[in-house]
Amino acid sequence: MHAGKWRFCVANHLLQYVIYLCCKEEKSQTRTYYLFANAAWFDIKIELYEMGWNLKDGLRECLVAAAPYGGPICDARPQLEIYSSSGLPLASFPWKSGVVKQLGWTVSDDLLCVQEDGTVLVYDLLGGFKRHFSMGNEVSQSQVLETKIFHSPYGTGVAILTGALRFTLATNIDDIKLRRLPEVPGLQGAPSCWAVLTQDRQSKVLVANGSHLFILDNTACTPVTPPGLSPQASSIVHMCVSFSYKYLALLTDSGHVWMGTSNLKEKLSEVDTKIKTPPKQMAWCRRPKSQQPSAVVMWDGLLIVVGECKETIQYHLDDDSILVPELDGVRIISGTHHELLQEVPGACEEIFKIASMAPGALLLEAHKEYEKESQKADEYLREIKEQSLLSEAVRQCVEAAGHEHEPETQKTLLRAASFGKCFLSNFPPEQFVSMCRDLRVLNAVRDYTVGIPLTHTQFKQMTVQVLIDRLVYRKLYPLAIEICRYLKTPEYQGVSRVLKHWACYKVQQKEESDEVIAKAVSVKLADAAGIFYSEIATKAYESGRTELAIKLLEFEPRSGEQVPLLLKMKKSPLALSKAIESGDTDLVYTVVMYLKNELNRGDFFMMLRNQPVALSLYKQFCKHQEQDTLKDLFNQDDDHEELGNLYVKASYKEQRLEARIALLQSAVDEYYKAKNEFSAKTTEDEMRLLRFQRKLEEEKGELLVGFSLHDTMTTLLSVGLHKHAEQLYKDFRVPDKRFWWLKLKSLAEKEDWEELEKFGKSKKSPIGYLPFVEVCIKHHNKYEAKKYVSKVTPEQKVKAHLAVGDMEGAAEAAIERRNESEISTVLSRCSATTDHLLMERLNRAKATAVKK
Amino acid sequence: MAAWRDAPELPDFSLLKRLARDQLIFLLEQLPGKKDLFIDADLMSPLDRIANVTILKQHEVDKLYKVELKPIVSSSDQLCFLIRPRIQTVKWISDLVNADKVAGRFRRYKIIFTPQKFYACETVLEEQGVYGDVTTDEWNFYILPLDDDILSLELPEFFRDNFLEGDQRWVTTAGSALHLLQSVYGSFSKVYGIGRCAKMVYESWRELMEEGEQRTRQPEFAKVFLVDRDVDFVTPLCSQVVYEGLVDDLFRIKCGSVEFGPDVTSSDKSIKVMLNSQDKVFSEIRNEHFSNVFGFLSQKAKNLQTAYDKRRGMDIQQMKAFVSDELKGLKQEHRLLSLHIGASESMMKKKTKQDFQELLKTEHSLLEGFEIRECITYIEEHINRQVSMIDSLRLLCLLSITENGLLSKDYRSLKAQYLQSYGIKHLLTFANLRQLGLLEEQQAGETLTVMESKVGKLVNDKTVGKLTDAFSSLAKKSNFRALSKRLALVPKSGEEYDLRVPRDMAYVFSGAYIPLSCKLIEQVLERDGWTGLEEVTRMLNGQEFAVTEARNKTDAQRIVLVMFLGGCTFSEISALRFLGKERGCRFIVVTTAITNSARLLEALLDNHA
Repeated sequence: MHAGKWRFCVANHLLQYVIYLCCKEEKSQTRTYYLFANAAWFDIKIELYEMGWNLKDGLRECLVAAAPYGGPICDARPQLEIYSSSGLPLASFPWKSGVVKQLGWTVSDDLLCVQEDGTVLVYDLLGGFKRHFSMGNEVSQSQVLETKIFHSPYGTGVAILTGALRFTLATNIDDIKLRRLPEVPGLQGAPSCWAVLTQDRQSKVLVANGSHLFILDNTACTPVTPPGLSPQASSIVHMCVSFSYKYLALLTDSGHVWMGTSNLKEKLSEVDTKIKTPPKQMAWCRRPKSQQPSAVVMWDGLLIVVGECKETIQYHLDDDSILVPELDGVRIISGTHHELLQEVPGACEEIFKIASMAPGALLLEAHKEYEKESQKADEYLREIKEQSLLSEAVRQCVEAAGHEHEPETQKTLLRAASFGKCFLSNFPPEQFVSMCRDLRVLNAVRDYTVGIPLTHTQFKQMTVQVLIDRLVYRKLYPLAIEICRYLKTPEYQGVSRVLKHWACYKVQQKEESDEVIAKAVSVKLADAAGIFYSEIATKAYESGRTELAIKLLEFEPRSGEQVPLLLKMKKSPLALSKAIESGDTDLVYTVVMYLKNELNRGDFFMMLRNQPVALSLYKQFCKHQEQDTLKDLFNQDDDHEELGNLYVKASYKEQRLEARIALLQSAVDEYYKAKNEFSAKTTEDEMRLLRFQRKLEEEKGELLVGFSLHDTMTTLLSVGLHKHAEQLYKDFRVPDKRFWWLKLKSLAEKEDWEELEKFGKSKKSPIGYLPFVEVCIKHHNKYEAKKYVSKVTPEQKVKAHLAVGDMEGAAEAAIERRNESEISTVLSRCSATTDHLLMERLNRAKATAVKK
Repeated sequence: MAAWRDAPELPDFSLLKRLARDQLIFLLEQLPGKKDLFIDADLMSPLDRIANVTILKQHEVDKLYKVELKPIVSSSDQLCFLIRPRIQTVKWISDLVNADKVAGRFRRYKIIFTPQKFYACETVLEEQGVYGDVTTDEWNFYILPLDDDILSLELPEFFRDNFLEGDQRWVTTAGSALHLLQSVYGSFSKVYGIGRCAKMVYESWRELMEEGEQRTRQPEFAKVFLVDRDVDFVTPLCSQVVYEGLVDDLFRIKCGSVEFGPDVTSSDKSIKVMLNSQDKVFSEIRNEHFSNVFGFLSQKAKNLQTAYDKRRGMDIQQMKAFVSDELKGLKQEHRLLSLHIGASESMMKKKTKQDFQELLKTEHSLLEGFEIRECITYIEEHINRQVSMIDSLRLLCLLSITENGLLSKDYRSLKAQYLQSYGIKHLLTFANLRQLGLLEEQQAGETLTVMESKVGKLVNDKTVGKLTDAFSSLAKKSNFRALSKRLALVPKSGEEYDLRVPRDMAYVFSGAYIPLSCKLIEQVLERDGWTGLEEVTRMLNGQEFAVTEARNKTDAQRIVLVMFLGGCTFSEISALRFLGKERGCRFIVVTTAITNSARLLEALLDNHA
C-alpha cells in the first residue's frame, strides 16, 4: 500500500525527498522531508486541509487571526467571518462597531476584537456577543497604535501600544488589572518591533528601538543587549518569542536571524538569510525537548526555515499566507491550503529514514513481509530480537503512529507494533492502548467537518478536558459525549458537563415551548450525575424565559443553588424559603441583605416576621451594625420584653448617670407593657439605687455608682456608714439573712469585736450563730468565737465546738445528741495520744447509739 | 486501668495538621514579600499548634500582632489578617483601611478568614467602602487534633450562636469538618444523632458528600454519633471530679495546654504544660477520680526514687549506660510528676474543704431529687454570701433542670437575691438562661404529666410558637427526673461505690450520676439505633435519626466518632474512654470546643457585648 515513487535530488547542499503517498480515498497528500546535510534533521510539511472557504481575494489585505491548538480562524473585512480550521464557515456578521486594530482568540476560544479606542469586544466562537471591556482612559485618549494578544499560564492577555508610545497591558482579561508600563527612553515614533514575554510570574514587554533593546516590567525600563548579535545590524526589524516564552528570535536589518534564550543570557545561533527586506511574519518552529532551535520567517511568496547551521530551507509560497505558531510547529494558512510545518519527530525519522536500520524500521518491514506471507518477516524479526531491541521497536512504532496524521499510516505502524508485541512476554500494554484511543479521538476531531487539526503532542498538553470544552463551544455535543464515553472520563467532568452545556443551548431555542424543553432537558439529564439545574435555569432566564427557568429550578435538588437565580427573577419570598431550607446561613444572609435593599422597611419586616430563621439572623447582624433597627424590629413585634432588655443593655454603655437612668426608665415602661412586673420592679429599684449611690458619692466621696446592692452595702459598712447601710436594708427589703451575713463579715473584717457582740445580741440571729463562730475563727479570734458557741442550735453544736477546737465540748454535745455520724466526726478529729479518754467515751456512746 | 487488650488502633490525626499548615503556607505565599500578620486572639493558640513562629517567619511574616480592635502601629506595606469571620473584626479592619486612605498611605491588605468566610463579613467590607481595597481568602482549618482521641473545632462561640442566638452559621462548618474527616479517613458506615443542630449538620454534610466525588477507600471509622449540647445540660453543669476535668475547672486548659501558677510550681514562675497522652504521668491519671490521684502519684514518686537509687552501687560502665539511656527519661518524668503533685496538692487544698464537700453534696441531692428544700436554702446562702457568681448560677440552673423549673415563689426570690448580690445587669443573663431552658419558672398548676403532654403536642405541631420562641427551647422542658429513672442515670443511693474500681461511667461524678450524653451513646450503640428508646427521645424533644451509609465489616467497626455540637467536658471524654475500655472499642471525640460549667455559663452572660 505504500506504493509510491522516491525521488532524490541534491540542491544547495540539501537532500530533498519527496514521497508520494497514495491513500484509499485517492486523495493525494504530499509530504516533503528536508534534511540538513550536516545537522541531520528534518522538517516536515503536512497538508492538513484544503480550505473549504471561498475567499475572493485570498488572504490579501485583510485582518486575520487564527487560534493556536488548531483553533478557529477569523477574518474581518466589512463582514466579520469565523471559520473552522478546515475553512468551514462558523459565523458571519457585518461589523458595525469602531475600527478594529487587532483580532485574537482567548484560551477558551472567544474572539477578541480590539478597537482603535481601546475597547475590546468579546464574541464567542459562533459570533455571539459576550461582553466588552475597556483598556482604560489613557488608551482611549491616545488611541491604539498596535496590539498584541498573548497567552500565559494566567490566561489570555492584551498588550497595547498607544499613540502616546506607552504600553498598557492586562495579563488576564477575565480578571482585568490594567498596568501601565514605564516610558521607553528616546522613543520618537513607533518602535521597530516589540513582543510580550512572561518571566518570573510577570508579563513584560520587550521593545526594539533601532538597535536598542529594552525590557519593560512593572517598575522599570531596563536596556538589554542580546549576547553575540552581529555588529552589522543597525536595527532590529522583527522579533518573535517561542510558544513556551523560553526562546527569542530577532531579525536585523542586515538580514541576520539571532536566536537565543528569552532572558537574553545565551545565544543559540545566528543565521544570515541574505534577504534585507522586512518580512511579513516570523515564528518559532520548535518541538518541545528538541535540541535544535529553528524559526520560520515569511516574506511575500517565500518561507525560510532557519536553524543551527548556516544553511536555510526555503519554501515557495504561491499564495498570501499567515503563520500560526503552535507548541510543536507552525501552521501555514493560505487562501487554499492549510499546512503544518514541524520538525520531524525522532521516532518517525528513525522509521522512515531511507535505508534505516532502526529497530522500528525493521519491525515495520517485518510486518510488511508477514502480511505478504513471506518468510523474510522472520529474518527481520530475528535481527531485532538478536539485539534484544524488540520492545524498543514496538515503542518506536507506537510513538511514530502518534505523530502521523494519516490514519492508514497510523494503522500500519500500530499493526506493526501489535505484531511485535506478540513476541514479547511482559510488555506493558498501557502505552499501546492509550495511543490507539488517543488517535481515534484525534482522527475524529481532525475530520474536515470538525476541523480541529491537533497533533498528539498538542493534545497531551491541552488535555481531554479542554478538548471537550472546545467541542462544546462548537456545539458538537454528540461527538463530545462520544469521546467522553470512549475515554471513560468520569461522568462528573465528562458527560454531565457536556449535557449541561447542551441543555443551556437547548433552553435558548425560541421556537420550542417551555413544556417541551423542560421535558426534553429532564429526560436527557435524568440519570447524569452532578448536574446543576440552576445553571441551566440561569441560561433560560437570561434568554428571557422566566417561566422555563422556574420549571427547571424545580429539578434542582440543592435548594441552595436555586436561591441566587430566584432572587434575580425577583421571586424573593420563594428565594428566602429556599435559602432557609438549604440550612446555609450565609445564603440566608445573602437573601436578607438583598431584600433589605430591595423592599421598603415595612414589607421587609413583614417578610422576616414569617421566617424566624431569617429574622434571628438579621437581629444578630443588627446587634453589631444597626442597634436602632433592632429597636424597630422589636417594636413592630410588640416584643416589649426584648425592648426592655435592649434598654437595660444600652444603659450599661452609657457613662452619664442621667442618661442611664432615662434608659432604665424606658426599660421599666417596656417591662410593664410586657407585664413583667418583676423586671420592672427590679429596674425601678436599680434606678433608686443609682440615685442613692450618687447622692452618697456627692456627700461622702465614696465610689459607689454601678455597684450591686450587695457591694454597695459592703462598701458602706466597711467605711462605717452603718446608718446608710441600714437605710438600704430597709428601703430595698434586703432579706435579714443577707444583712446579717454582711454585717457580720464587715465587723469581723474590721475586728470590731465589741460592735459584733452588740450586733449579735441585738435580736435573734436569722442565720444562727454558727456563722459567728466560723467568721471569728476565720479572723483568728478563738476567744470571741467561744462567746457564740453556747448560742448555736443543738444541731450545729458539734460543728461549733469543733470549729473552736474544743474537743471535750464537741464530744459532750455529740454524746448528748446520741447521733452516730456526729460521734464519728468527732472521733475522726481526735488524736490517739492526747484524747485517749475522750475516745473511749465516744466509742462507748457510739456503740449505744448504734444499738438504738 | 490497663488498655483493652485488642483495642483498635486510632487513625493518625497529625495529617490534619499537615494539611492545614500546607494550606496556610500557600495562602501566605499569595501575598509575596514581607508582611505583618495580625491574628485573632483566640486563634493564637490553635495557630501555634499548626505553624509556629519560625514557620511563619520562613514565609516572610515580619511581625506578629494580636488583633486588639485598637489602632495599629505597623510600618509594613503589606498587612495580613488571620481572623475568625466576625463582623466586629472586619469592621475594625475596614476602619484601619479607611484611616490609611485618609492619611494617603498605600498598603496591601489581605484577610484570611478561617475556617470560612461569611457573606455578612463581605457585606461589612462593602458597606464600609473598602471591598476593593482588600483581598480575602479562606483558610479551611476546620479541625485541630488536641490529642490522640480529641479533635476540636476550636469554636467556643458555636454554643451561644447556635443555641441562644439561633444563628446557624456554624452548621456548615461542622458539616465541612465531618466531610474533611471522611475524605481523609474514609467513609462511615452508620450515622446516629440527636438534636436539631445535629440533624442540620448531618444534612449539610450529606450535601457535601453528594457534591463531591465519591472515593472508595478503606474506612478508618465505622460509626458517627452527633449530639447537641442542649440535649444534656446537666452533665456540663456538674462539678468535675476526674483529674483532667478538675484541672480544667481550676486552672482552665487552653487548647490542650495549661498554665500552672506559682502555687503549683512552688517557685515564683508559672509553667505552661501540654496535657496530652504524650505526658506519661498525666495520661495515667487524667481519667482517675481525684481522690485516687494523690495515692497514685506518691506511688509513682516512690518508683521514681527507686529508679534513681539504682545509681548507687553502679560501676562506671553501668553509670554511663544509665545516664545515656534512662536519666533523661527519668528527669522528664520527675519534672512532670512534681508538677502534677503540685497541682493535685493545690486541688486538695481547695477541694477537700468543707465548702466543696457541701457543694458536692448539694449537687448530688439535686441529681437524686432528694431534700430539695435544704438545697434551696443552701443555694440561697451561697448567693447571699457572694461565694461565687458562676457557681451560684450553676446551682440555680441545676436546680431548675432537675426540678423541671422552679416554683414561682422560689424563682422570684432567688432571682431577686441574685440580682442584689451581682447587679441588675444579670436580668439579661436570666433572660438568656430562660430562653435556653436552663433556668425557668414553673407555670402555675403545671405538673409533670401536663408538661409531657405539652411536649408531645409541640413535637407534632411544629408551626406553633411566636417568632421569638422559634429558637428558644420552648418545648425543652428537661424531664430530667423521668429520664434519669428511665435510663438509670442515678445509681441507687446507699450502695458503696468504690472509686478505685469503677463499675460504670458514674465514677466520673463520684458514683452519683452517669452523664446523660454518654448513656445515650451507650444505649444507641448497643441497640444499633433508637429502637426501644422512643420514650427517651420523646422526652428529649425528638429530632433523633439513624442512617446507614454503607456496610463494611472491618476493624474500623470498633472506632466510634462522637461529635458534640456546642462543646463537651473532660468528664464526658473520660466517661467515653471508660465505656470504650469496657466494650473493646475506641471513641474519638470531635467537639466544637472543650467546655465546662464556667465556660458554658460565661457564654450566656450579657455584659461583654
